[in-house]
Amino acid sequence: MRYAETGFNLEVDLTRGNIERVETDPRDTELYLGGLGTNAKILWERVPPEVEPFSPDNLLIFSAGLLCGTPAPGCNRTIVSTISPQTLLMAFSMMGGFWAPELKYAGYDKVILRGKSPKLVYLWIHNDKVEIRDAAHLKGKGAVETAELIRQELKEPEAQVAAIGLAGENRVYFASIEQGRSSASRGGMGAVMGDKGVKAIAVRGTKDINVARPAEYMALCNEVLKYIKFRNENPIPGVMPILAGLGSPQEMKVHDEKWHTENFMWGNSRVRRKDFWNDEIAKQWAETLDNMRTRLISCYNCPMTCGATISPPGLPTYMMKCFSKLTYTMAAFADLEFGLGIAQSATEYGVDGFSTPQVMAFALELYENGILTDDDFPGMPSDNEGRFYWLLDRIVRREGIGDVLANGTYWAAKQIGKGAEAYAHNTIKKHEQLPLKLSMLNPIYFLMYSTGEKINITQIEGQFPQAPFLTREEKEAFIKDWFQVPDEKFKQYLVDWEPRGEKSMPFYPTVDMCCDIVDWQERMHYIDDALGMCSGLSSFPLKPPYHIHNYPKFISSGAGIDMDEAGLTKAAKRYRTLVRAINIRRGMRRKDEKPPENHWKKRFPELEKELLDTYYKFKGWNDQGIPTKESLHELGLDYVSEDFEKRGIYSDNEGTPSKETSPETDNK
Amino acid sequence: MGEKKKKIVKSIKIDVEKCNGCRACEMICSAFHATPKYSSNNPARSRIRLIRHPLRDVYLPVYAGEYAPAECMGRDKYVIDGKEYDECGFCRASCPSRDVFKEPDSKLPLKCDMCEDDPAQEKPLCVQWCLNDALIYEEREEEVEEEVKLEDVEIGLESMIDKFGLQKVLDTVSRMSAAKKG
Repeated sequence: MRYAETGFNLEVDLTRGNIERVETDPRDTELYLGGLGTNAKILWERVPPEVEPFSPDNLLIFSAGLLCGTPAPGCNRTIVSTISPQTLLMAFSMMGGFWAPELKYAGYDKVILRGKSPKLVYLWIHNDKVEIRDAAHLKGKGAVETAELIRQELKEPEAQVAAIGLAGENRVYFASIEQGRSSASRGGMGAVMGDKGVKAIAVRGTKDINVARPAEYMALCNEVLKYIKFRNENPIPGVMPILAGLGSPQEMKVHDEKWHTENFMWGNSRVRRKDFWNDEIAKQWAETLDNMRTRLISCYNCPMTCGATISPPGLPTYMMKCFSKLTYTMAAFADLEFGLGIAQSATEYGVDGFSTPQVMAFALELYENGILTDDDFPGMPSDNEGRFYWLLDRIVRREGIGDVLANGTYWAAKQIGKGAEAYAHNTIKKHEQLPLKLSMLNPIYFLMYSTGEKINITQIEGQFPQAPFLTREEKEAFIKDWFQVPDEKFKQYLVDWEPRGEKSMPFYPTVDMCCDIVDWQERMHYIDDALGMCSGLSSFPLKPPYHIHNYPKFISSGAGIDMDEAGLTKAAKRYRTLVRAINIRRGMRRKDEKPPENHWKKRFPELEKELLDTYYKFKGWNDQGIPTKESLHELGLDYVSEDFEKRGIYSDNEGTPSKETSPETDNK
Repeated sequence: MGEKKKKIVKSIKIDVEKCNGCRACEMICSAFHATPKYSSNNPARSRIRLIRHPLRDVYLPVYAGEYAPAECMGRDKYVIDGKEYDECGFCRASCPSRDVFKEPDSKLPLKCDMCEDDPAQEKPLCVQWCLNDALIYEEREEEVEEEVKLEDVEIGLESMIDKFGLQKVLDTVSRMSAAKKG
């Protein structure tokens, strides 16, 4: 018997309309755990670097994490993996909600889509019965609307539906897959789903999920619940409110947005408004949120309430979480009422809440600077808010200038030319980033921005405080019950870290310490992504209930796989390296690993070089960021180095130029 | 009629405003009632179900009550604070008109037992796992006439007798026991 996992994947060939239930190899679970880990293994084996994102040979994998569907609180993430049309690298966006546990209860760990359906379809998975159904009547429908229509037509109110909107159907590079109160937004998952002709996947499952050693497992779960209660009652003092508690940043709860609105950039990640927040705005925004927010809501089996149902006046209700609350507002220099209103359209269209507002602000900046002209914007309203709605409509329909903008700022700038590239200034690996522009180089963040392969800072940061504490007392108080550290040395790093003087940034934490800190933070995210755990209870917040000391026990007693801290660290390193190997094989090299030029004002080229050199070595990568033969051997990944050798990747030290054409332009 | 007797009445007070829709109650109920305990979970087997329509802001935890052999002639629908609750939304019965509170394999009825299992729990598990206090456990003492409490097997058999008739159930049981012994 398989524990925690079901041991079966659904293989769906959309071209031929063929569906197979395939038993998986339990040895893969031991080596790569599940979720992201086994997704990476499948992509390595079955999607060679020649395969384009919009090729029928690209795979789109929906995977439940290894522990999804077990009683572990907050373990509900679906890990969606594919080759991204925007970055041309492996993308692994994730979503919470209710879909992954439902898939497990239906008897599957993954749904693997390949080929392309000749017409728009949706997939209906009901335990052993799996059907490809016609979706012609759902064409053009909103993502939330589609989920509702499917539940009605199937007469299955409890089916969980992951769907794309118009943006996905039209292969917008930052199209999302929406589900429950969550979405897989980054990397253009929705575009690949649309390219495959799949409007939605609906799941209903009524089977059991087993755990190997129930009493032990439940004791661990109860401990986690108890610690969540404790942390909810005892926020961490001396850090910003959104870093003090557990969960995703509690954006749906807080009214005070002074910190975000005054420290993050407005417009096309350009303008900092240091005196923005005042009593009048505070009052107005609080009223907006209170009037539109119907309820704080959760994902499956999680007590945190990070999401909310939002009902803007005169518009349908939708669900929101986290920072999309402010992204549209700030990109358009508008107020919260505008932000929550346009997010309703954006959710139905199914677009990423980080990239989309920036793409639109970028277009307007090009217009203001005469690079785009009136001819590019026929009929666009004159007010800023109206312009954002107008642009959003053009983008998701790929009409006129929208067709160019739908490829994201990086590709759009290339297509537009005339100096537009200088305005696409906030990308890493061709992907739009959070609108942050800061002063002094932060060496920890430098490494995370440069080498993070999820290409989103929130998906690698966490665990270690973002800034030093001011006083000795605060430091002592913080480390007193900081049992989550993998090693006592991290406490010392923190105690010695000063806001200014000799032991301050950028030279402290030292290069070696930065490597340790980044490696720890990244490791926890990768473990979450294989187990299906929400980073809000694990890798993202300070002092989380899940950590390197209890995770091995969860895996041992839950999945029945013998695991200790060293074993788990090695497994995470194995599939983390495999993700890198996939990207290396697709042409990613050192030159691609850098934060936006203007992310910090004060840069230190020599230090930055030393940081990257040292970190690469620390990770077992050569100076191009390519995992070495030796380090691959140590991880049991000889098959990777053999492939690298066959392809001449080691000998070609300059790196094969990563392909510089957008898949959409290729198609025209 | 039985004798008058003091009895502890256990109830779960449901504050629908506080429900965050996470369904931990369903999960843990099914895990607690699994054999061996906690060895598996499956919300479809839960004795508490969350009727949930996020877009209509309907969050209604309902825990399983008595088995009812027949459907009601009329069905109820409630509108509270402008929100319409589904037909039979508040009803706790396991009945022929709907799928909830039935074992997904056997379709036999399920009933909440307040986790009065061995070892007896201080509070039902759903209440313990609801950190948002949508489910509040309450006890009070009442004087009641003693009644014979049906065991799970009896509830199951009764529903089968209702469905197939006593004779058919008897015949089947004797045939099966003969086969198993033989």
